[in-house]
Amino acid sequence: MNNLFVYCEIEDGIVSDVSLELLTKGRSLANQLKCKLEALVVGSNLDGIESQIIPYGADTVFVADDARLYPFSTLPHSSVMINLFKEQQPQVCLLGATSIGRDLGPRVSSALHSGLTADCTALEIGDHEEKKEGKVYKNLLYQIRPAFGGNIVAWIVNPDCRPQMATVREGVMKKELYKPNHKGEVVKLDVSKYVSKTDFVIDIIERHIEKSKVNLKASPIIVAGGYGVGSKENFKLLDDLAATIGGEVGASRAAVDAGYSDHERQIGQTGVTVRPKLYIACGISGQIQHIAGMQESAIIISINNDEQAPINQIADYVINGTVEDVIPKMIKYYKKNSK
Amino acid sequence: MSLKIIVLAKQVPDTRNVGKDAMKADGTVNRAALPAIFNPEDLNALEQALQLKENNPGSTIHLLTMGPGRAAEIIREGLYRGADGGVLLTDRAFAGADTLATSYALACAIRKMGAYDVIICGRQAIDGDTAQVGPQVAEKLGIPQITYAEEVQTVKGGKLRVKRRLESGVEVVEGKMPLLLTVNGSADDCRPRNAKRVMKYKYAKTITEKQNANVDYTDMFDSRPYLNLVEWGVADVNADLVQVGLSGSPTKVKKIENVVFQAKENLVLSSSDLDIDHLMFELIENHTIG
Repeated sequence: MNNLFVYCEIEDGIVSDVSLELLTKGRSLANQLKCKLEALVVGSNLDGIESQIIPYGADTVFVADDARLYPFSTLPHSSVMINLFKEQQPQVCLLGATSIGRDLGPRVSSALHSGLTADCTALEIGDHEEKKEGKVYKNLLYQIRPAFGGNIVAWIVNPDCRPQMATVREGVMKKELYKPNHKGEVVKLDVSKYVSKTDFVIDIIERHIEKSKVNLKASPIIVAGGYGVGSKENFKLLDDLAATIGGEVGASRAAVDAGYSDHERQIGQTGVTVRPKLYIACGISGQIQHIAGMQESAIIISINNDEQAPINQIADYVINGTVEDVIPKMIKYYKKNSK
Repeated sequence: MSLKIIVLAKQVPDTRNVGKDAMKADGTVNRAALPAIFNPEDLNALEQALQLKENNPGSTIHLLTMGPGRAAEIIREGLYRGADGGVLLTDRAFAGADTLATSYALACAIRKMGAYDVIICGRQAIDGDTAQVGPQVAEKLGIPQITYAEEVQTVKGGKLRVKRRLESGVEVVEGKMPLLLTVNGSADDCRPRNAKRVMKYKYAKTITEKQNANVDYTDMFDSRPYLNLVEWGVADVNADLVQVGLSGSPTKVKKIENVVFQAKENLVLSSSDLDIDHLMFELIENHTIG
């Protein structure tokens, strides 16, 4: 009772990275809260699935295994979660901010009348005082996220409603094995008690799921462009530089919205979070929602003709210049001097 | 078959074009400096509704928007592009609502609007990016949701077949109406305003707008009743005051921080050949690249 839950997503029998990242974060939050970390897995053919989850620190794995529960469909999955939560009364529930978590989370929060915060970039435990009522709440979950297009950072709490729910994008938290020999309990749920026939009203006719070809998270070098790159043509310069020095091309939201680059390359709060050893920010002004997704890069180079661009403050090198001017020079030097 | 369609739309500050004066010195948002626009993905939603209407003669589209008085602009914009009518849900009591209190209020208004087959809204609004209100409205109404919709492929036997655009692929699903769709930005762009409809509806006003106008519109609105835009408050939709606005919101904002970056000591370079060559030399030497 009153534990911390992580909803684990499954694709082809594999627990997704974002769920493992949340288990890692959930483990440390549960230690602070002195409660158990519990995982919920909903799908089919889940025998042995706990072996992927318990090493990340889960004390209990609730498994809802039924042929009808894969692939994901909103109503049956939310029924499992809603009914289980009514029994278990968790204090916190974390979900990936994926197309599954962002579909399931709000449905469940509405049914339980519990607060949900989307796309958190940090989660902490702390106290909260409601000054008007003179009431102090101990050990709440601080759900921290950039808001308002990334111009401010908001700290959100859910003082009275449980569970406190939050979604987090892939890559925001770090995945770390807790203990390879951690002991956890497996609880198999009697699915028929949790879902009803009327939950199966949406039929999946076709499904084409492909792993994204772009792997920004794994690339040691990222050349990212913002609105200041100016055009789709200029973005090709970034492609050239990335191809030359062995990196991937990323983009800010403004560049994606302007059609310079694809959504799968978006870095930031509503895109991917990256930690490369070199991040070259080209024509990126540096709104907090972008910074949130790249500030842990080891070395940051900012190429910008606006000396006041906020991103320059967190850059190790600032080049005052335009992308058209600077990038060809970088390529030229590298081609001449690399072995 | 003809469909009764409701489109949920929101007026949002244009956070994509935030200028330098968008933040006040004290770190709060200067809303006055941001233009108010039709939430982009709600326009994609409206377009899906208009296509459904074209393909299913006799269908009707009504917009529902919640916001301050000026959000009546959203209803007019919808009328200009082909909607049949709309409702502005406005009341001081709605202020400060989080997504759950918002979806409660919208669900109350939808019940009041009467029977419907499809509710269509954008996946998310650009001022919050939460993507929560659509699914929460569906839950409150007890109907299924299809999120991330990109295209309604067919309407047959009371069922909608919908293509969904997910982060890792596409899915085609089918469900029986009534249901709620949230539409992705990758769906068709909304058609522009229709000039004749702009002429027809440009004086359409809510009751508050009429009261605040300096001109007496009584005769015009008597002869052209379609110019009357519906405006509802908490009492009109039989909403429970405790469940709307700030008091109906489980989430509370503990604090808002202006963004302060931890400034690093940095090296500022020019774009001269010399500076770039030095930088590249250093990056290759210390094995950052190459």
